[in-house]
Amino acid sequence: MTVQFPALALILLFPALGVVFNLFFGARSGRGAVNIVGPGVMFAAFGVATWAFLTLLRMPPGGALVTHLWGWIEAGPFHADLGLRVDALSGVMVMIVTGVGALIHLYSVGYMAHDEDFARFFTYMNLFALSMLILVLADNLLMMFIGWEGVGLCSYLLISFWYTNPQFAYNGRKAFVVTRIGDAGFLLGIFTIVATLGAHGVWTVNFVELRNNAALLGPAAATAACFLLFIGATGKSAQIPLYVWLPDAMVGPTPVSALIHAATMVTAGVYMIARLGFMFTMAPGTLDLVATIGAMTALFAASIALVQPDIKKVLAYSTISQLGYMFLGVGSGAYASGIFHVMTHAFFKGLLFLCAGSVMHALGGEQDMNKMGGLRKKIPITFWTMFIATLAISAIFPFSGYFSKDLILDSAYESGHFWLWLIGVVTAGLTSFYMFRLIFMTFFGESRVDPDKVPHIHESPAVMTIPLIVLAILATVGGWVNIPDQLLWGDTFVRFLAPAVGNFKPVVEASSFDLSLLAIGASLIGVVLAWILYIRLPGIPFLLAWRLKPAYDLLLNKYYIDEVYNFIVTRPLFWVSSNVFRDGIDGFVIDGTAEGAGLAVQTSGEVARRAETGNVQHYAFVYLLGALGVVGYYLFLVTGR
Amino acid sequence: MIPLTYMMSLSSIIFAIGVAGVIIRRNILVMYMSIELMLNAVNLAFIAIGSRLGSMDGQVIVFFVMTVAAAEAAVGLGIIISSFRNRETMHADDLTLMRW
Repeated sequence: MTVQFPALALILLFPALGVVFNLFFGARSGRGAVNIVGPGVMFAAFGVATWAFLTLLRMPPGGALVTHLWGWIEAGPFHADLGLRVDALSGVMVMIVTGVGALIHLYSVGYMAHDEDFARFFTYMNLFALSMLILVLADNLLMMFIGWEGVGLCSYLLISFWYTNPQFAYNGRKAFVVTRIGDAGFLLGIFTIVATLGAHGVWTVNFVELRNNAALLGPAAATAACFLLFIGATGKSAQIPLYVWLPDAMVGPTPVSALIHAATMVTAGVYMIARLGFMFTMAPGTLDLVATIGAMTALFAASIALVQPDIKKVLAYSTISQLGYMFLGVGSGAYASGIFHVMTHAFFKGLLFLCAGSVMHALGGEQDMNKMGGLRKKIPITFWTMFIATLAISAIFPFSGYFSKDLILDSAYESGHFWLWLIGVVTAGLTSFYMFRLIFMTFFGESRVDPDKVPHIHESPAVMTIPLIVLAILATVGGWVNIPDQLLWGDTFVRFLAPAVGNFKPVVEASSFDLSLLAIGASLIGVVLAWILYIRLPGIPFLLAWRLKPAYDLLLNKYYIDEVYNFIVTRPLFWVSSNVFRDGIDGFVIDGTAEGAGLAVQTSGEVARRAETGNVQHYAFVYLLGALGVVGYYLFLVTGR
Repeated sequence: MIPLTYMMSLSSIIFAIGVAGVIIRRNILVMYMSIELMLNAVNLAFIAIGSRLGSMDGQVIVFFVMTVAAAEAAVGLGIIISSFRNRETMHADDLTLMRW
């Protein structure tokens, strides 16, 4: 059942108004107005989104709220309109984006309290929220692509928010360029779909129409299109091989890391795959690739996170790793599990970043965990909320991460990906290890804080701690919407999403309970190891780092992937650019053509100007010749014939 | 009656003298007079053909040409005098200011 719901436009309108206000009047109206408008529009959008979501909940399963904004592209048989659609899938996403987004906007008020550029910050944040909402509310692929590009732009703008630091500006460019590589794949995927369906006379990019006509695609085109779209997802959602931008994106303000690079934008790839699940299901090869890449990324990033000293870098690699889980989930064909993890991850990872920001706020911007420690008593709210988030991400029962990660691992096993499941379980152990390492290094043990910063340590203001507390509650209870099947209201979330993303069909029967025990066992081993290494025997990590120096260095330097990319991609590209394109094409061909044209005109002018003698008789003579020519023409050629 | 060929031949000869004068003579006053000669050669041709065809058109046009020639004489002589006052020369080869 589809219901017209024009108020959906308000969800976009509020952040758009926020952008306009902050951009044109923000700096002039002062901090107070911006602090109200910036988060205010997000809460307003959240209110409308809640209204829409409650309306959706009251409808029978498979319902959707739609509104048509206006016609956009009319080109022969092809047409694309701007329309919004809230079904179960986008409903969940829009609640995450506006809800978590509003909390993070609120937190930013406190975090950016000492920054002069608050108006620009909130302009970008509102613009990001607008783009992200376009992405999730779009009812067709092209409009989704607008949002997809918009969030990329805002990500770039916000990573290099403190642009006076050249390294930060560089990292922003890196993020932009790397995700652009993926975006090219996304665009080619759209072209493939449109061209293939167009050949069958179906010219559309609308999701509903695509779904109804998906059978026309055929396996080959579906595989190609899904593969290209997945390249887009690897860029935006930081998967192998295009994940390299995300750790560097951490130089942006911490609320940005929380909102864009943890909670919302980076999950766009998962959302896109779930949205086009009907097509990916037709392409089992691509789906297996998605699952494999997801599992590999999860393990790979988790291993890097084990040794990073920078608190935000740990969280960044943790995000990549968790995104890998989501792709493992959707790659197993269990799209709902991926979206479920998107939701719980938005809660606990958003919270983790905000807590990290709160820690940095207390320590005057310190990010190195070697210079933290013993902060538990000094910033208790931050500690407790971060501890809850850590329990959630470590998949400890009954926190939210347990339910979603369990569902993903369950789906991976039951879809027959035994090895990927095993990787997932190992990664669960690594996850709890590095997360508890972070907690222990930051909040426990002896204080290693610089002495001059110790008096400065303070708990963050209420405007920052309230979002922490709300997110901590969500990170605790957020998973309860989908407790395992046959218990109480078991499987509610999956059944709610099923009409939008399809049902998961297991191929291997397994006892969810046993699998769950294994996963939670792995998590607990990680916790205990972290406790032994960082609380009980704090000398061991140094000993290990010294004994296993090659392995430690490999992890600390992130497998030298950045250097490898530099060597095989960036440097050849720079060489070709400067030698072939700049010196060869631009310097020789283009400059040569331009300057040659000028030179030709100048030289011919040098010659031709000699005719201008200034002597009237010369002109008269030429005139005479001309007159004779005309007369001769008529005399001999016209009348003479 | 004088044959038309004679008239036209005379006209052509006078015209050719005028052209030659304009192109060969270096004195701009003489060049100017040669232009007048060309005009009159054309006038002669008009009259001759007009009288042969029994039409008044030729004579009418001659009056127009004479009017224009009179106006031209006024302007042209003015320019020549002004030029001579400024440059102290009547030689066309010396009046080549507008050159490359």
